[in-house]
Amino acid sequence: MITNLQVAYKNLLRKKIRTLLTLVGIILSSWVLVSLLGFNHGYETSLNRDIDNMGFQLMIMAKGCPYEAATLMLKGGTGLKYMKESTLDDVAKEPEVDKTTPILMGAVFDPNKGESGGVAAYFGIEPKSFSTMKPFLKFRQGGWFTDQKAYEAVMGYEAAELEQREIGDMILMPEKNVQFKVVGILARTGTQDDGTIFIPLKTAQKIFKKQDEITTIGIKVKKGADSKRLEEKMYQLPDVQIVSLAQVKDTIMKLISTAKVMVLSIAAIAVLIAMVGVINTILTSVWERFQEIGILKTIGAMPWDIFKLIWTETLILCAAGGILGIILALILARITDIVIRIFLPYAPEGGLVVIDLRLGLITLAGILGIGLISGIYPAWKAGKIRPLEAIRGEAGR
Amino acid sequence: MITNGISIDTKNLRKVYLRGSEEIPAVNGVSLRIHKGDFVSIIGPSGSGKTTLINLLGCLDNPTSGELYLDGRSIFGTGKRLSERELTRIRRETFGYIFQNFYLIPTLTVMENVMLPLTFYCKPDVENEAAKLLKLLGMDQRKDHLPAQISGGEMQRVAIARALVNRPEILLADEPTGNLDSKRSAEIVQVLEELNRDLGLTVIMVTHNQELAQYADRMLEVKDGQIYQVEGQAEA
Repeated sequence: MITNLQVAYKNLLRKKIRTLLTLVGIILSSWVLVSLLGFNHGYETSLNRDIDNMGFQLMIMAKGCPYEAATLMLKGGTGLKYMKESTLDDVAKEPEVDKTTPILMGAVFDPNKGESGGVAAYFGIEPKSFSTMKPFLKFRQGGWFTDQKAYEAVMGYEAAELEQREIGDMILMPEKNVQFKVVGILARTGTQDDGTIFIPLKTAQKIFKKQDEITTIGIKVKKGADSKRLEEKMYQLPDVQIVSLAQVKDTIMKLISTAKVMVLSIAAIAVLIAMVGVINTILTSVWERFQEIGILKTIGAMPWDIFKLIWTETLILCAAGGILGIILALILARITDIVIRIFLPYAPEGGLVVIDLRLGLITLAGILGIGLISGIYPAWKAGKIRPLEAIRGEAGR
Repeated sequence: MITNGISIDTKNLRKVYLRGSEEIPAVNGVSLRIHKGDFVSIIGPSGSGKTTLINLLGCLDNPTSGELYLDGRSIFGTGKRLSERELTRIRRETFGYIFQNFYLIPTLTVMENVMLPLTFYCKPDVENEAAKLLKLLGMDQRKDHLPAQISGGEMQRVAIARALVNRPEILLADEPTGNLDSKRSAEIVQVLEELNRDLGLTVIMVTHNQELAQYADRMLEVKDGQIYQVEGQAEA
């Protein structure tokens, strides 16, 4: 028995180059579509993970103080503001607060960094409270400082890689001319901690001459507690600013949404072009087979049979193109990731383009739906061909 | 209308084409009867209206006026006009068609081409039916070949098998040998003759070749849209 599907498939093989070119159009649009949908999905997931990996939902810092190492570096290490370490106690008293950790950020100019020097960021921390807030931190080598006042450093994965450091090595803090012994190197976290050098809080306070002062307090809110209320209460404290990571996320997502609308419009145009390509290809092949379709009707095909046959051809094209496009997107996800990063002002760590089965199926369903719509006109035209006109070769086009 | 072995009956069948305001009668008042199991050839010069006539008999075309009955059933009568859907049903249940240009699907094998009509309406044992026909027509060794790999005569045999796969009562052949040399032409007409004799199939063949027309029991000559001369068992 020969099925409708087999006949349609063999029909497509007649003009291999034309079928291939149409297929390429569908593959490309499917690739663009699934990659962009994957980007939407992946970006949000990565951003959420990035923010969750910071380990705290709220940060308190002195008014006007930059709160990210990256910003600190951009500002050339200037602009740091300090608050009293005692603020920590005020914060810890609040019933919504689960854990707190003090941080003193310090920045020094390193003439050996890059071509013309750069700013190196040091985080003075208390390992005990810091690590309970970031339980995902794992050591590749070594461990935390032996003493709160020791001249020891724990390096983030990338910071250690960049300087080719092992535990036991001595590193020099430029500008301050102080040496630290590397006691631990962290495993990769995919967060900004990878590029940071951690030193004991007391040592940092001593070196940067900020006794009893800190730049940041990280707060972990109790499960189920109202973080909005806590935020409002924290604003009562003098000269501090509150950074809610949910807010940060919202701001970044808003920035990105404009770009998303644009890329989705481009994807929609790509899909439309592919759709027109499909209609054109199928319509051309219908006209080329005008007589043949007429003969099919003389040997018993009803208009609906012809409609189904032509529709099946469109569906085969779209299904094959859709699936290949999704496979291509999976293979090229890493490259797409790199390209997107070039154009984005801020990109979280981790995969930006995440394509899972659900997304693949949604895209495939979308492409098939578009295929079905594209196929209606050529299939209807073919179904209307009258056998006698076809035999006489009078294409009623 | 009561029939007794009458397959096709026409009364004053006319088909008129318009060229501007001028009426061109391609078939001009044809009344004929074709019995079940007849082998009828229709001959005539180019433009005489023989193809138009066979198209009308095979329900591929609507007459301008006149009546057409199939097995006593009125298909075209005064003012009666069947829908394309009804005509398709009649065509696939009653007729098998073969043409000068074979019209095989180039990407399908010989076997697949023969089975093709049955994909449009499910019938059991399709492969067996197709294989039997190919054997009958001496094409069983070529069933897996593509049309491009067989000769013109063989292509027409495949087209005949395809026309017969839905077990029609009447086989209509419009210039079936028009693209073949004289040897292959004679072979094809002999096949039609055998099918008529052995299976009792009604065969109506249009040809301009007088010699081939002689194979038929009856020969109708069409000139200016009218049946001028009938040879053989006369009843038209």
